[in-house]
Amino acid sequence: MKKNNLTYLDSVHRDGRIWGIAICLLILLFPVAVCIIFKAVPNWNAFLSGALAVMPMYWAVGIVEMFTYIPMLGAGGAYLSVVTGNISNLKLPCALDAMERANVKSSSEEGEIISTIAISVSSIVTTVIIIVGVILLAPLTPVLESEILTPAFEQMLPALFGGLAVVFVSKNAKLSIAPIILMLALFIFVPALNKDTVGIMVPVGVVFTLIVARIMYKKGII
Amino acid sequence: MEFSVNHPILFVMVGILIAVVLMQSVYFLVRAVKRAKELKMDKKVISKTISSAAIFTIAPAVAILVGVATLSKSLGIAVPWLRLSIIGSLSYETIAANSALEALKLNTATQITNASDFVTVLSVMTVGIAVGLIFVPFLTKKIQGGIKSIEKRDKKWGEIFSNAMFLGMISAFLGYVFCDVSGAFNGDFTGLIPVCVMAVSAFVMAICGILAMKVKHMGWMNDYALPISLICGMAAAIPIDSWLR
Repeated sequence: MKKNNLTYLDSVHRDGRIWGIAICLLILLFPVAVCIIFKAVPNWNAFLSGALAVMPMYWAVGIVEMFTYIPMLGAGGAYLSVVTGNISNLKLPCALDAMERANVKSSSEEGEIISTIAISVSSIVTTVIIIVGVILLAPLTPVLESEILTPAFEQMLPALFGGLAVVFVSKNAKLSIAPIILMLALFIFVPALNKDTVGIMVPVGVVFTLIVARIMYKKGII
Repeated sequence: MEFSVNHPILFVMVGILIAVVLMQSVYFLVRAVKRAKELKMDKKVISKTISSAAIFTIAPAVAILVGVATLSKSLGIAVPWLRLSIIGSLSYETIAANSALEALKLNTATQITNASDFVTVLSVMTVGIAVGLIFVPFLTKKIQGGIKSIEKRDKKWGEIFSNAMFLGMISAFLGYVFCDVSGAFNGDFTGLIPVCVMAVSAFVMAICGILAMKVKHMGWMNDYALPISLICGMAAAIPIDSWLR
């Protein structure tokens, strides 16, 4: 159905751009506003040193991630996720699980809708929980930082991807063998690969799996 | 104005920013639900998607709150609240804040007392991950268009293409789970903790799937299998950690 000659997807792109650019400006201007209000300037040497420590890696990974995450998240999901953050550890698994259960593909309009609903609900719930947490931070801090609970929070990613893997690997058993073997070998035998560098390996895993999938598809294996 | 990491003006500005982002989420949610109605999508699917996404989010959101508590010691509450509610990931914000604090010869356990140091850390955290924020509004349509054209040319390959992307991402995270297992050969079994946690989570997910399929009136379990497996995995981490550490 068209509205003002725009399809739903076109309007998602239009609105996503408007929201995205507006929020981007607000976020980038926040440190500037703090400088003006408190009449302070950054320590430029420390800024350069700190920025150079994180920017090369996170900008490079961020650019590659755009090409891998956007097709999986759908348009609405992508516009929301880039603003609300925590993509690989929350928004993307949430959207993938929702689309899988609804039996829709991310590139279809139904997939677009399900992904957008899952990610927007997840963003709203996260924001509300953090607001409540911030209000109760003083009494909650000893609980959140207790030695008993620390392992549970530290192991969130293995707990998340263990469950998710069962769903996707069981449905694509043939295709999953090669990328899992490659990633296991890389992470076990290359010491530089760890929790902090897993983000770099996501695009590697995606590109490798696409190549394997193409070969298997051409040979009629999948 | 006299500076404090917990100055009320910071909370007002952060509150406004978070409110704008919240409005964006609500706007997209309402649009998507409205469009689902126009397409006559099953109402049950939509309501299950909403409830499942909400329940699934609780445990990771509490984990994010741990990051707020950690960073609040040096940066106060307002900035970690902003950075971890929106934009950043738990791991990135901690790394970026640490890099800036180290450059200032400070650490995450000491509260910042002057505005210059505060804006330095805040600026590093902001620019360090701004790439997606700047480029996604301009690239999303082009990237989506590329995927659509692949599907138009060959529908089956289009489906395999999506699945391959999901599997590529999941395989990278599965690899990461095993990154420290080689320590077991030297008597350090801590690297096996994430492997055991993943195994518990996978087992619970499989059980949920079987129960949903085979047992009458247990079909609902399918909708909440991921949050159930996530919470069971995280809970299992507590005894597994004390066993293997």
